[in-house]
Amino acid sequence: MAIQVLMPALSPTMEEGTLAKWLVKEGDVVKSGQIIAEIETDKATMEFEAVDEGIIGKILVAEGSAGVKVNTPIAVLVEEGESADAAVAAPAPAAAAAAPAAAAAAAPAEPKAPVAVVSKASPDWAEGTPMKTMTVREALREAMAEEMRGNGNVFLMGEEVGEYQGAYKISQGLLDEFGPKRVIDTPITEHGFAGIAVGAAWGGLNPIVEFMTFNFAMQAIDHLINSAAKTNYMSGGQLGCPIVFRGPNGAAARVGAQHSQDYAAWYAAIPGMRVVMPYSAADAKGLLKQAIRDPNPVVFLENEILYGKSFEVPDLPDFTIPFGKARIWREGSDVTIVSFGIGMTYALEAADKLAAEGISAEVIDLRTLRPIDYDTVLASVMKTNRCVTVEEGFPVGSIGNHISSVIMQRAFDYLDAPVINLCGKDVPMPYAANLEKLALVTTAEVVEAVKSVCYR
Amino acid sequence: MAARKAPERPNVSKEELLKYYREMLLIRRFEEKAGQLYGMGLIGGFCHLYIGQEAVVVGLEAATKEGDKRLTSYRDHGHMLACGMDPKGVMAELTGREGGYSKGKGGSMHMFSREKHFYGGHGIVGAQVPLGAGLAFSDWYKGNDNVTFTYFGDGAANQGQVYETYNMAELWNLPVIFVIENNQYAMGTSMKRATKSVTLYGRGEAYGIPGEQVDGMDVLAVKAAAEKAVAHCRAGKGPYILEMMTYRYRGHSMSDPAKYRTREEVEKIKTEKDCIEHVRDLLTQGGLASDEDLKAIDKEIKAIVNEAAEFSKESPEPALSELYTDIYA
Ligand SMILES: Cc1ncc(C[n+]2csc(CCOP(=O)(O)OP(=O)(O)O)c2C)c(N)n1
Ligand SMILES: [Mg+2]
Repeated sequence: MAIQVLMPALSPTMEEGTLAKWLVKEGDVVKSGQIIAEIETDKATMEFEAVDEGIIGKILVAEGSAGVKVNTPIAVLVEEGESADAAVAAPAPAAAAAAPAAAAAAAPAEPKAPVAVVSKASPDWAEGTPMKTMTVREALREAMAEEMRGNGNVFLMGEEVGEYQGAYKISQGLLDEFGPKRVIDTPITEHGFAGIAVGAAWGGLNPIVEFMTFNFAMQAIDHLINSAAKTNYMSGGQLGCPIVFRGPNGAAARVGAQHSQDYAAWYAAIPGMRVVMPYSAADAKGLLKQAIRDPNPVVFLENEILYGKSFEVPDLPDFTIPFGKARIWREGSDVTIVSFGIGMTYALEAADKLAAEGISAEVIDLRTLRPIDYDTVLASVMKTNRCVTVEEGFPVGSIGNHISSVIMQRAFDYLDAPVINLCGKDVPMPYAANLEKLALVTTAEVVEAVKSVCYR
Repeated sequence: MAARKAPERPNVSKEELLKYYREMLLIRRFEEKAGQLYGMGLIGGFCHLYIGQEAVVVGLEAATKEGDKRLTSYRDHGHMLACGMDPKGVMAELTGREGGYSKGKGGSMHMFSREKHFYGGHGIVGAQVPLGAGLAFSDWYKGNDNVTFTYFGDGAANQGQVYETYNMAELWNLPVIFVIENNQYAMGTSMKRATKSVTLYGRGEAYGIPGEQVDGMDVLAVKAAAEKAVAHCRAGKGPYILEMMTYRYRGHSMSDPAKYRTREEVEKIKTEKDCIEHVRDLLTQGGLASDEDLKAIDKEIKAIVNEAAEFSKESPEPALSELYTDIYA
């Protein structure tokens, strides 16, 4: 019987890829385990091996094709004597079972006339600035490269940042440009190299420390907090620590409890620390450049799922974005949605859905969590009288909790409904696909929470 | 083309060799299947295959007795199969299903079996080293003669916690065997790019812990070294370090293109040093088993692995109510 060969998943976050090269042609006999194609994911070129044996009856996706979705049929395997044409209609092998639907949807609201979506122009660069499209990954890389070109004391250290070109390819090309003295591969010794970097910063350098992910920074957290963040104070202002700790933070996809945690609220609790968590590529670039120039320790929280996402970025030789300034992505009048980092994905999706149902949401991206731009949030809440916060981290001691308390103290009389804090669920991240989906905050939850604070 | 050296005729029974052959082959076929299921999207996240290193865990397990404990890193499927955990339950954990060892909540890197004294499956590099010494502490405290096997990589061997643990393990005479699986790479970093102190077993000397380097591609050499280390521990003489020289054939995880080493380097080890081929040669060239005998075993193993794969597809996803269970004991 003919069997379809499907586009394989070759990394935790891969959704599509480029079929770079076929290593077999129609008519070739393949064995199980034989490498039949080379496939480019967002991170690397991978070899793809056949699962079943048979003859390549037909190649359905030509080499060089980009954007091939995972599980698309790419070829058909037939048996001796079988026609390739009949084979095109071959059944696909069972792919991953669809997860059962999550909690029942809320009762449909009364239809309302849709409201216009007002996207607010960003105030971070002048009107008419030329823009270019780039991914968050490219934006981060450009930010580091530009700062390293501009300041010889800036250097990058971390695991696999050099020869491997970065575990997530953020530092691709930097070793070539800046050499091994400034792009330093470390052993897997986070506690040690974080401390060494702090010492180097005291010595007058500007280290950028890449943690392969922030989960591993837990081995180093003593140096981030006790050594980097507190020493300026303890030394009466003598020993500032100009250092950036950066890397992916939060859940990736199916990597389980030890590799999926959002540390935003943890680091934001620490006086002496600056904490940045960008959503867009422009913010990633402008804020990282600012972080490298800042005289204080900065925890810069990235997100693996956002790395491949494209945005418009100002095409300027040098631009930075100041800390402590939120960005209003959508203007609205009925409710304020406050988020940051990947939470913005759900906040913006929800705002679109809500607009179609006649609810006008103002969407604020905090961008930096220490300092926090309270004024922008408060001004918005005083206008809309309602607020929902959205983040991926745990619910106890969340950024949303803190924002709610500030709103309560400074805008209590303006509130028409209690503030709702949407967070990840109060559980370690499960591995199973259906449970993981349930553990994360979703667009549907944002929509439901907004309706609830609007009493709709 | 370089061929494998003609094996010497060791003093080992046919039954024993067949047992190793079967156990190593089970791990290899299981891992190949896991790699395929990953490509099909049935396994997600990180998946680190043990292919190439099978002799290490099989040789060490041959020196254990009931009550001994073991734990390792995220590259853990082989260790689970070798200590007798059910391939069905392991594969179903990889697919995140109810029938998995952690009910689908742990995944490839986080699996446990109290029954088989398998204490994980740890995703954070180096973490299992003090944890293993702690398990050994519990046996020392209770006064029994159980031993704990703590496996870790050449990359993990540079972690500070390893040396804190060495110090205490020797200080308190803990019955723990530190098994360094030196496959020469930590992700894309070769050992020589991570340290100038390359005799990893020798690092115990500063703490008074004896150790030795072993050909980890030779299951018989592994077993012999394991017996020595176990005897040392059971006699109450404290910890022991075994540095197993081995090699992983696949990328670090499923998403590693492994561009940091040449295809020739991998092929050379596969053709000259493969641990399964080594035992196969001992069996056939020694006239202990025919090709037919071995084919029958291959078939038997294939059936076990296929059954595990089927189970892992058919086992349902965990109930949604499982999200909030097991958070507290
Ligand atoms: C503390 C920490 N840092 C980084 C990582 C990411 N990481 C996972 S495995 C690995 C390489 C480990 O190599 P080694 O100890 O030699 O074990 P092997 O993978 O070769 O079995 C790295 C860097 C991690 N899991 N934990
Ligand atoms: Mg290694």
